[in-house]
Amino acid sequence: MASADSETRPGETEAIPQAVKIIIAGGFGAGKTTMVASVSEITPLSTEEVMTEASYGIDDLGGVEDKTTTTVALDFGRITVNPDVVLYLFGTPGQDRFWFMWDELAEGALGAVILADTRRLETCFHAVDFFERRGVPFAVAVNRFEGAEDYDTEEVRRALDVDAAVPIVLADARDRASCRDVLVALVTHVIRGRSPALSG
Amino acid sequence: MTAQEERRGRASRRAVVPWYPGRGHPTSEGPAAGLSPGGTSEGALVRPYTLTRGRVRPSAAGPRLDLITIVVAARDRRERPLEPECRAILELCRRPISVAEVSARLDIPLTVVRVLLGDLLADGDIRTRAATPVSRLPEKKVLQAVLDGIRRL
Repeated sequence: MASADSETRPGETEAIPQAVKIIIAGGFGAGKTTMVASVSEITPLSTEEVMTEASYGIDDLGGVEDKTTTTVALDFGRITVNPDVVLYLFGTPGQDRFWFMWDELAEGALGAVILADTRRLETCFHAVDFFERRGVPFAVAVNRFEGAEDYDTEEVRRALDVDAAVPIVLADARDRASCRDVLVALVTHVIRGRSPALSG
Repeated sequence: MTAQEERRGRASRRAVVPWYPGRGHPTSEGPAAGLSPGGTSEGALVRPYTLTRGRVRPSAAGPRLDLITIVVAARDRRERPLEPECRAILELCRRPISVAEVSARLDIPLTVVRVLLGDLLADGDIRTRAATPVSRLPEKKVLQAVLDGIRRL
């Protein structure tokens, strides 16, 4: 068979940039989309995944139109890092019943930011568990909402019971510079985690 | 003439439904193009899997199309009649673009976009970056580039 030479043509292939992704996780209303919007070079986009319960494991939908379909919206933004690298930021679906999407999001992700709302800290416990289990490096951004009690980062660290190496940063999801600092803390953490000599 | 006939032949396999390219979400380039308020909305009535003739995943032969797989229209693709939604995809792919963005900008669910892109890929209409294994994490040099890029925000 003639193999697809469309992928292997030299010269042309180099023009396609490499894409990487960071996940922005957190409970409903924690500020995920706000954070994506603060740093994205495009107005955040929303894509839909239509999940049909019966579509799992089979290749044809014929005759199963009556099965339940669920639409999950994923919000994302983009940062063109340089001509060769594009960074995508994906917000996780807010509701717990959309956990199945997290696996796809986490696959190959560079890392994750968990936005913590100190008024409802328990809403990000799931996310902490998920990324710890999957071995996805993460940073915690404590989004400061008005009317919320002030916590210092160590109090949050104790409450979430996360490793001392995990960056915990006070942040304002509406502020570009603040979100930049969170992302810098995360990527620095990821790079440090890759170099065994510097870990700890 | 021939193309016209061929198109008619292809279209007869399913109901002909008008397609409105760019009726997706607003972007930095401006508000969502396409359907204006009060305009006809027949396009929106297409059941998503009609576009894929019932298929819910791309052909197994092709490379994996992740959310962030970057696709681009092949420069030397053969001109030939295509379904309207595939033409819309090719239009978008003139510059490299991620699978997720194609889905969002054309307002076609991801699953459906994956099937259509899989077809276009198999026919040599688009190219994708040589597949890197999903499990492989970005290289150090890419991470450093990301860090430098974020710092400039």
